[in-house]
Amino acid sequence: MKKLLKIYLTTIFLTLSIQNITYSAGENSPLLKQDWSFKSFFGTFDRASLQRGYQVYTEVCASCHSLKYVSYRNLAEKGGPEFSIEQAKAIASNFEVTDGPNNDGEMFTRPAKLSDKFVMPYANDQEAKLSNGGAYPPDMSVLVKARAGGADYIYSVILGYEDPPEGMKLDDGVYYNKYMYGNKIKMPPQLYDDLVTYADGTPATPEQMAKDITTFLAWTAEPKLEERHKFGFRAIIYLIILTILVYFSMKRIWSRIETKV
Amino acid sequence: MSSHEYTPSSKFGKWFNDRLPLLTLANHLTDYPTPKNLNYWWTFGGILTFCLITQIITGLVLAMHYIAHADLAFGSVEHIMRDVNYGWLIRYVHANGASMFFLAVYIHIFRALYYGSYKSPREIIWIIGMLIYFLMMATAFLGYVLPWGQMSFWGATVITNLFSAIPLVGESITHWLWGGYSVDNPTLTRFFSLHYLFPFLILGLVILHIWALHVPGNNNPIGIDIKKPSNDTVPFHPYIVIKDIFALLIFLIIFAFFVFFSPNILGHSDNYIEANPLVTPAHIVPEWYLLPFYAILRSIPDKLLGVIAMFAAIFVLVILPWLDTSKVRSALFRPIYKQFYWFLVADVLILGYMGAMPAEGIYLLVARVATAYYFIHFLIILPILGRKERTLDVPLSITEPVLGGMPNPSMAKAKSDKVKINSLG
Repeated sequence: MKKLLKIYLTTIFLTLSIQNITYSAGENSPLLKQDWSFKSFFGTFDRASLQRGYQVYTEVCASCHSLKYVSYRNLAEKGGPEFSIEQAKAIASNFEVTDGPNNDGEMFTRPAKLSDKFVMPYANDQEAKLSNGGAYPPDMSVLVKARAGGADYIYSVILGYEDPPEGMKLDDGVYYNKYMYGNKIKMPPQLYDDLVTYADGTPATPEQMAKDITTFLAWTAEPKLEERHKFGFRAIIYLIILTILVYFSMKRIWSRIETKV
Repeated sequence: MSSHEYTPSSKFGKWFNDRLPLLTLANHLTDYPTPKNLNYWWTFGGILTFCLITQIITGLVLAMHYIAHADLAFGSVEHIMRDVNYGWLIRYVHANGASMFFLAVYIHIFRALYYGSYKSPREIIWIIGMLIYFLMMATAFLGYVLPWGQMSFWGATVITNLFSAIPLVGESITHWLWGGYSVDNPTLTRFFSLHYLFPFLILGLVILHIWALHVPGNNNPIGIDIKKPSNDTVPFHPYIVIKDIFALLIFLIIFAFFVFFSPNILGHSDNYIEANPLVTPAHIVPEWYLLPFYAILRSIPDKLLGVIAMFAAIFVLVILPWLDTSKVRSALFRPIYKQFYWFLVADVLILGYMGAMPAEGIYLLVARVATAYYFIHFLIILPILGRKERTLDVPLSITEPVLGGMPNPSMAKAKSDKVKINSLG
C-alpha cells in the first residue's frame, strides 16, 4: 500500500519535472512571479481586478488584440468580472456588429448584444498584419494558457521592456524585451503611469495595470476556473470519504479468510 | 475456469441459459478463482478497463460538439470549454484521462515484466496486450491532432513524415495518409474518423485479453502455477472486486487532482495556439508517454533506421516470451534479473527524459547509449541470463511457501525453507 503510493508519487513527480524542463526551455530572464489569487486550490479571481482588467483591455489592448472566443454575456457571468446584466448590455451596445442578410438581402450593422462575441479590431489577419508592421497581434482569448509560464509570463512581458544590451541592433519597429522569447518583440511598450483612470480610484501604475490585464486574460483563458476549483474540492472530498468506506468494507470482506489484503 | 457445471436456479434462467449462456459467463466471472496473494500491482487491469470506458464515454460526448474541420476545430474546442454545459469537465477528463491511461498501462506492463507474467502459458495474453498498447499509442497520437493546435499540427507532420522514410513508396504513402501534399483538412477528418474507430478495436482486444487470461488464470507474485480452486485462491467476487474498487478510488483521487487543479500541466502550452502551417514551434515534442520512443527514433542518425529502431523497440516486447529463456517467472526468485529489471526501468525513464530534450550534444549521446542498452537488455541479457542465472527455490504453493518447487508443478521438487516470500505491494 505504501509502496503503491510511493510509486504513484514518484511517477507523477518524474512526469511533471520532465514537463517543466521541456517547456521552460529558453535562456530568458527568470519571470516576475506574482501572487495570483487564482492559483491556489481554492483560488478565485479578484473581481475588482477583473473589472479593471477589462477596462485596460478595452482602452489599451482592444485596438489591436481580439478576444474572439469571449462573448459580452460572459462579462456578467458568475466567476468572471460579474458586471451586472445592465452594465454588460451597456458595454455591448457600444460596439457595432455586422448582421444579416435581412429580407432585402442586405447586410446591416446594429449595436452588439450580450450574445455576440467580442468585436474584432480587424476584418481579417491580413489587415491586422498590415496595420502592425507585418506582425500579427495574437488573439488573447487563451493567451495565458498558450505561453509557458502562463500569467507570470504575460505579466513579465508587459513590463519587460528595456534598452537593448550593448551591440544589439534592432530593426525599426522591433523592441527589446527581456522576457520575450528571443528578446525581440514588435509590440511597442504600452503602459505608462495614469494611462487609464480607474473608476474605483486605484492608482494606475504600470504594475497595477499589468496585474489587472493579466488577471483579466487569465479569466478569458479559463472562464470556468472558479467552478472547476469548487467542483474539484467537492469531488475529492467525496472520493476520499468513499475510499475510506470501501477500505473498511474490503478489510471486513477479507477478514473472512486468513490472507491479509 | 470454474470446474463445476453451473445451472441457473430459475426455470426462465435455465431456458435462457441453454440458448445463450450469459448466466454461465456471469457465474464464471464472479467465481473465477484468483490467487489470493495478488498485490496492488495487480489492480491496474481493472483500472485500465475503467480508463478505456471513461475515454469512450467522454469521447462520445466531445464528438457531439467537436467539429472536424481545419478552420473550425480549434474554435469548436473553445466552444466546448466555454459554452457546453460541463464541457470543460468532459474535455479535461478526456485529455488528462489519456495521460492517466498511459500511467496505468506503464505500471501494468512493468508489473508483467517484474513477475514474468508474459511467460508460458500466457504468451497470447501478452501479445494481445502489446497490440492494445500499440493501438493506444496510435489513438492517443490521433486524438492529440484533433484540437488543431500548433503541437497537433506539427506533431502530425513529424510523425506522418516518418513514413516517407520507406524506400520507393514512402512519399506516396505519406501523401496517401495526408490526403494531399501536406497535413491539412483531409488529414484532420480522417484522423478524427480513425480516432473514433480505434477505441472500439481496443475494446475488442481487451475482451480477448481477458478471455485469454481466464484460460490459464492469473499469474501471481511468486509466479507459480496454482491449483484452482484451492486454498491458494479466492473467488473474484467479492474479494478481488472490492480490492480493485479500492485501488481504483485511490487512482481516481490522483486523476481528480490533475483534472480539477492542474488540467493543463501534462499538455504543451503551444497547443493553445491555433495550427499555423507557416510557423514552426521552437521544439516539437510529443506527449510525455511517447517520449521514450521519440528518443529512440532521434538517436539513430539515419531516418529509415530510426523508424525501424522505434518499431523494433515495440517488437522486441512482442517476442519477449521467447527472448526470456528463464523457466522461473517471478523476479523474486531471480536475484540477477531483478537488478537488470531496475536498470531497464531507469533506462526507459532516461529515454523519456532525453526525448523531451533537444537532440544535440550530451543529450543525444546519452539517448544513444540508453537506446543501445534497451535493445541489449532484451536481445542479449535476457536470453543469456535465463540460461546462466542461479535462481532461488520457488515454493510449491502460496499457502505452503516452505516447500521448494518450480513454476511447473511437474518439475517441482521438495527443498528446504530458504525463500522468504515478500512482494512489492
